[in-house]
Amino acid sequence: MTQTAADSPAPARRQRAQIKERTLRTDQWWRYPLVTFIIFTAFLVYATWAIFDNSFFAAPYHAPFASPCLAEAVCPEDARLFGWAPLGDWYTWPPGLLILGLPAGFRFTCYYYRKAYYRGFWLSPPACAVNEPHSKYTGESRFPLILQNIHRYFFYAAIVIGLILAYDAVKALIEKPGGIGTWVLIGNAILINLYTLSCHSCRHITAGRLNHFSKHPVRYRAWGFVSKLNAKHQELALISMFSVMGADLYVRLVAKGILTFTFA
Amino acid sequence: MGYKAKFRVWRGEGGEGKLEDFTVEVNEGEVVLDIIHRLQATQAPDLAVRWNCKAGKCGSCSMEINGKPRLGCMTRMSTFTEDETITVTPMRTFPVIKDLVTDVSFNYQKAREIPSFTPPASVKPGEYRMQQIDVERSQEFRKCIECFMCNNVCHVIRDHEENKTNFAGPRFLMRIAELDMHPYDVADRKDAAQEEHGLGYCNITKCCTEVCPEHIKITDNALIPMKERVVDRKYDPLVWLGSKIFKRSGSGSKG
Ligand code: SF4
Ligand code: SF4
Ligand code: FES
Ligand code: FES
Repeated sequence: MTQTAADSPAPARRQRAQIKERTLRTDQWWRYPLVTFIIFTAFLVYATWAIFDNSFFAAPYHAPFASPCLAEAVCPEDARLFGWAPLGDWYTWPPGLLILGLPAGFRFTCYYYRKAYYRGFWLSPPACAVNEPHSKYTGESRFPLILQNIHRYFFYAAIVIGLILAYDAVKALIEKPGGIGTWVLIGNAILINLYTLSCHSCRHITAGRLNHFSKHPVRYRAWGFVSKLNAKHQELALISMFSVMGADLYVRLVAKGILTFTFA
Repeated sequence: MGYKAKFRVWRGEGGEGKLEDFTVEVNEGEVVLDIIHRLQATQAPDLAVRWNCKAGKCGSCSMEINGKPRLGCMTRMSTFTEDETITVTPMRTFPVIKDLVTDVSFNYQKAREIPSFTPPASVKPGEYRMQQIDVERSQEFRKCIECFMCNNVCHVIRDHEENKTNFAGPRFLMRIAELDMHPYDVADRKDAAQEEHGLGYCNITKCCTEVCPEHIKITDNALIPMKERVVDRKYDPLVWLGSKIFKRSGSGSKG
């Protein structure tokens, strides 16, 4: 009953089925790109506002978007990393501007975020088996997208940023163990560090690049651990994005005197 | 518990064709391929469809059902409502021979372009010693049944036919990853993956993973790790510097 290539006479022209519909999918394929677009845009709007907002410190809480604070003129004594402020009086802009590039670059070049914004913002493709609107495509094979390959350097930086957020959380824990803000910062520091550890570059560096796992038992075990986290990378990316936004907003609300209850 | 279902099936030869409407009986427990066979037996004796195992293991019955690449033999009718019209078309990315049968030789061509397993000259057959953990990773890729739905759905060639010469598709980039991860393979796979087989075209949007009937994590476990290996070789100044200083040429990062 089946017909194979050999049974049928060679057709005049070998071309694909001419189907003019962009897609024949009947499910709500547009939901993923739309929701992604809305969430990421909201995050960008918040981040832009937060960077230029000056109430980033309410002792002992430090808003994550402005941490570490590295300039003498703008950082209260208590907000500095081990009391350290390498930039002198000349720097008077918001402290977040100095370090923002690192976490932003980390997320921008993250394999999960790339997938999400290629789909949600660039529609390349908007969803599987839905034609993309672009007439030409070279993906990440050329400039500028070939630059995505520097992701691992942002990963190294993200480790440092993760440690700094942990420092902020521990400092808050020591000075105000009963404060809600302390636990907000601790929760955020944990999620950010889990997200960082679940990175594909991290998985590659721990042992993914090796071919003889059996010769590197310690690295192999680390790889196993990172691989487990890595399977949840998308979830961690999103949860940590919400947690950093939430923690940042919380600290600013306290700093602005909007949240004033005793355990704030 | 049978009912009459509405089907639209693409019929045509050599690319020209159209969707034809059918009303056809459906019984409990049936899959889309059963319905296509019923159409052959009753209303459209010359309807062409490729199939073999009816068990999701031969990879022959790849088609697009309501716009999604699926195996006809593994798509249960119970996943559709009774009043839904079910559209069945051939895979879009490959030239059509007749009706639902496409010419998938693009994939065989790409498979041939990848140099086969290349062991070191010093190790003779029978002398290979590998531990399970060294080969475990690539065993996932061996589950592939070569249905080619991943290559079919990949927008790099689905939406841009001109990329076909430069891009091997997820199925064969995964094959390259499998060989590159092999403890005894010494061929250069990294430069070739990027320069000849188009790994850079992949923008990791994961459609291949979404459609794979074997649930192979193609993007996470093959394509992204391979991208990272290419970065080691081509784009990481520190690794590059290290290899210059310590003169680790040749097999590069094969650890
Ligand atoms: S992840 Fe890459 S290879 Fe897979 S479908 Fe998307 S672009 Fe193609
Ligand atoms: S990797 Fe999965 S989708 Fe691709 S050919 Fe193999 S079984 Fe099919
Ligand atoms: S942080 Fe997402 S892949 Fe590295
Ligand atoms: S007929 Fe073999 S996979 Fe469907």
